Amino acid sequence: MFKKLFSKLTIKQKQALWGYLFLIVPMIFYLGVRFYPTLNSFYISLTDWDIVSKNKNFIGISNYIELFHDEVFWKTLGNTFEYIIYGLPLNLFLSFVIAYNINKLRYGLTIYRTLYFIPYLTSLVAVSWVWRWLYQPIPLGIFNNFLAQFGIAQQPFLESTSQALPSILAPTIWVQIGFQVIIFLAGLKGVPKYLYEAADIDGASNMQKLFRITIPLLRPTIVFLVVTGSIRYLRIFTQVYNMTYQGEGGPLNSTKPLVLYIYNSAFRRFEMGYASAMTVILFVIILVITLFQLKVLNKHD
Amino acid sequence: MIKFIKENHIIAYIILGIGGLAMIFPFVWMVSTSFKEPWDVFNLAIIPPNPTLNNYVRLLTVSNFSRWFFNSFLVGLSVTVSVIFFDSLVGYTLCKFSFKGKNVIFILILSTMMIPTEMLVIPWYNMSRELGWINNYWGIMFPGLMTGFGTFLMRQFFYSVPDDLIDAGRIDGLNEFQIWYKVAMPLVKPAVSALAIFTFLGNWNAFLWPLIVISDNNLYTLPVGLAFFSGEFQTEWEMVMTGASVATIPVLIIFLIFQKQIVEGIALTGLKG
Amino acid sequence: MKKLIMILLVMLLAFGFTFSAAAEKVEITYWQYYYETKEETINELIDMFEKENPDIEVKHETFPYENYNTKVAASVPSGSGPNIINLYYGWLPLYINAGYLKPLPHDEFAPADIEEEFFSLVSAAKIDNHYYALPTAVRSLALIYNKRLFKEAGLDPEQPPKTLEELVDYAVKLTKRDKAGNLIQEGMTMALRGQLHHWVREVLIRQYGGQPYSEDNREVMYDSEAGYDAFGYFMDLAREHKIGEPNFMTDDVTAFKSQRAAMTIDGSFRIGTLDKVGNLDYGIAELPTHNGIKSNFASFWANGITSFTEGKELEASIKFLKFLTSDQAMQLWLTNVGELPAKPSAAFTDENRNDPKYGPFIRGLEYAHATYFVDEMSQRQVWTDAYDRVMLEGKSVKEAVDKAAQEEQKVLDEYYEGK
Repeated sequence: MFKKLFSKLTIKQKQALWGYLFLIVPMIFYLGVRFYPTLNSFYISLTDWDIVSKNKNFIGISNYIELFHDEVFWKTLGNTFEYIIYGLPLNLFLSFVIAYNINKLRYGLTIYRTLYFIPYLTSLVAVSWVWRWLYQPIPLGIFNNFLAQFGIAQQPFLESTSQALPSILAPTIWVQIGFQVIIFLAGLKGVPKYLYEAADIDGASNMQKLFRITIPLLRPTIVFLVVTGSIRYLRIFTQVYNMTYQGEGGPLNSTKPLVLYIYNSAFRRFEMGYASAMTVILFVIILVITLFQLKVLNKHD
Repeated sequence: MIKFIKENHIIAYIILGIGGLAMIFPFVWMVSTSFKEPWDVFNLAIIPPNPTLNNYVRLLTVSNFSRWFFNSFLVGLSVTVSVIFFDSLVGYTLCKFSFKGKNVIFILILSTMMIPTEMLVIPWYNMSRELGWINNYWGIMFPGLMTGFGTFLMRQFFYSVPDDLIDAGRIDGLNEFQIWYKVAMPLVKPAVSALAIFTFLGNWNAFLWPLIVISDNNLYTLPVGLAFFSGEFQTEWEMVMTGASVATIPVLIIFLIFQKQIVEGIALTGLKG
Repeated sequence: MKKLIMILLVMLLAFGFTFSAAAEKVEITYWQYYYETKEETINELIDMFEKENPDIEVKHETFPYENYNTKVAASVPSGSGPNIINLYYGWLPLYINAGYLKPLPHDEFAPADIEEEFFSLVSAAKIDNHYYALPTAVRSLALIYNKRLFKEAGLDPEQPPKTLEELVDYAVKLTKRDKAGNLIQEGMTMALRGQLHHWVREVLIRQYGGQPYSEDNREVMYDSEAGYDAFGYFMDLAREHKIGEPNFMTDDVTAFKSQRAAMTIDGSFRIGTLDKVGNLDYGIAELPTHNGIKSNFASFWANGITSFTEGKELEASIKFLKFLTSDQAMQLWLTNVGELPAKPSAAFTDENRNDPKYGPFIRGLEYAHATYFVDEMSQRQVWTDAYDRVMLEGKSVKEAVDKAAQEEQKVLDEYYEGK
């Protein structure tokens, strides 16, 4: 009977039916596992739910007001932006320099690319623990032993409020270089050779070629890396969780990023409502960055 | 001479070489320490003075590493199969079919890329508790079974499949599912393999959600197991390095085998995304 | 080929899901945090218990200390948690309030009997005339010192420091630095995150004439002269005498184990760990006194039954809990783990009191105080932060203590207001 009905439909109608059929399960998934939880998050952020008690009491925007007065929240937000502001430009600069130079090479491109890419692949948890160990005080840590051999005083690294954040940034940048180098290399390949040849005829210097041709043509690549990179840095969590004592983002919250504060609030102190309010703020920040990307890219096109 | 150095970028070779060695130094040091006896850990020699496999043997006996390894593998594989299936089917549908609401659905799926996982973990956790998904494989896997990014990527690639081929399939009496599977999919193999590798790696290394949803030691994935193991053995750094090596080496092997696909995949997604 | 893969996948999944469905025996699950000797001893006790009760099977699971509390809170409400659970006494209020624990049935564990048999600090597990958990053992603090390092420094290994002043002198003599000034041997471990925050809170503050909390435990009282003096004493050890650093050799236990710390203040449970280290010759003494005041800190981990445990599982869990709090278990716990029996009758025997290792701890129990924690983790953090504020941010001791008091009061208020 269905077959009969089905055969009466036009090709277009049949296609539409197939389309809906293919989309049923995915739509249930996206509604149930993406959209509903997103709305749920907004709702939880307006309650005082604490896992422990069964009921969620609606408390309006109290969580947001409390956030506004919470110095730890501002501290973690500040830290998060420090990660982005210090980490991302350095990361892009290093990656570009490396990619630019690798791109000049006639031989060994694969080997170099591999060397720089390896850190990107490894488990961030493993990376964090390796670096945490490198940073240990004498007699355990390599870095301090190395400094001592040159008669330089040992450094506290992860145990200092001023050095801990850069100490966590170092492996973060180290991991990300591989990814960015590959994207830059792909971008550099896309720059037409004849432009350089034309510049050579005009007698342009290497610097002029770099700033007049290469970088302007890499603009989409750079925008892409800035946006993906800043979102990645914004969500920094694993390395801080694994590199600081008891995953607390210490000393004195000096390394604690927003996501770690969210995690600790939600799953260690069980303040689900409060943590949800912070996730909403994270969401808004990411939304703004993404919209910025769309705008910049569209203008370019 | 100077001209030779300049023309062949000898300085670039040297500096990049030093940089490259610096890049892999932490790894070399990690692997080297995993072969050291506890009393040699303070010894700064790169080659272990008394190489030993004891740490690996001990790792397998005192911890559940083999089980965590299996869990990560199972989760990574299952999620990858699901992502490939659904993302390409949806991507294909949104690319090649025309029906009412297509654009709305596409925009909806696309917009999920803007929702950070961190925002979803609390509701997911709540949901898992109510549905009994805490502490089982399904609980780890369900959030990643489909991705907005993969759908978007596949949709872009399906544009390269000529409509004529699809029509030819229809004339041959294939149904729409068969056309997708037998005609369209083989033509986007590079994209499929790139998506597969990323999905697998992403899940293999995923940390936040498994950390939250799993509390049973037997169900830890490798990163979660490694984090807890390292916390427990923090003072025995040779054991921590052995654990880190075990978690890292398989990924390196995968990379060396699929190097070309991975690198091209990243470049492709970078340009298309 | 594809079919094969599918079958394989299905098998793998099935393997994971059906892992636990096995026998007709009653299976109960026991949880505690990972501590080597505790894990081994519980396994031994389970073997003994299962021999006596062949129809019961106890599944034993451990989690790293760092994440234990999280795992408990996450799992119990989902009903996938354990039947019997080992909890730090400082966490009990939270779990009892949330209805995670079942009150222990009066016919099996009568409150009057418990109060007669157990140390009075066990009453931290009592709310509204119901006990919710019982310990196998309690613990107190003592000064543990390395005899070999004492001899090296020309100190008499049989005469450990008796007062806080002596402690400073000894610690200074026992500290070693290399030419560049890097610490290579600690006079005393300085990790507040270990047991030392208890030392400051319940011992030093009282010895300087103060009181850490009000009688009803709801108010922080150490933002006083006594509090500043007590913490000042501690910070002088770090700043002025520079006898140790919190992260030296990763942590205090490792530093002492590897003979790079001459003294440490720790609980009796550490004896088991220390005895496993070859050629470590150590002594144990009661905590140094000050102004003639003796004080100590006592605490315990207690076993409770989760509220979703019913029927046969409940019967089995009660049996197991009785077994865990039996004299037999307490004795084994003392010899294996080094934690002290939770009943005075068993603890205060002459033999125990004069034991060279346990003696100082047991004597310490007589004048020990227990802190009524409401959130042990945050309340500990307050003190490690106070240390960092002085050392890393150059704040004064008074500022740091005031800030600590203010933060800890906030933690207490949040708890008691929510009640």
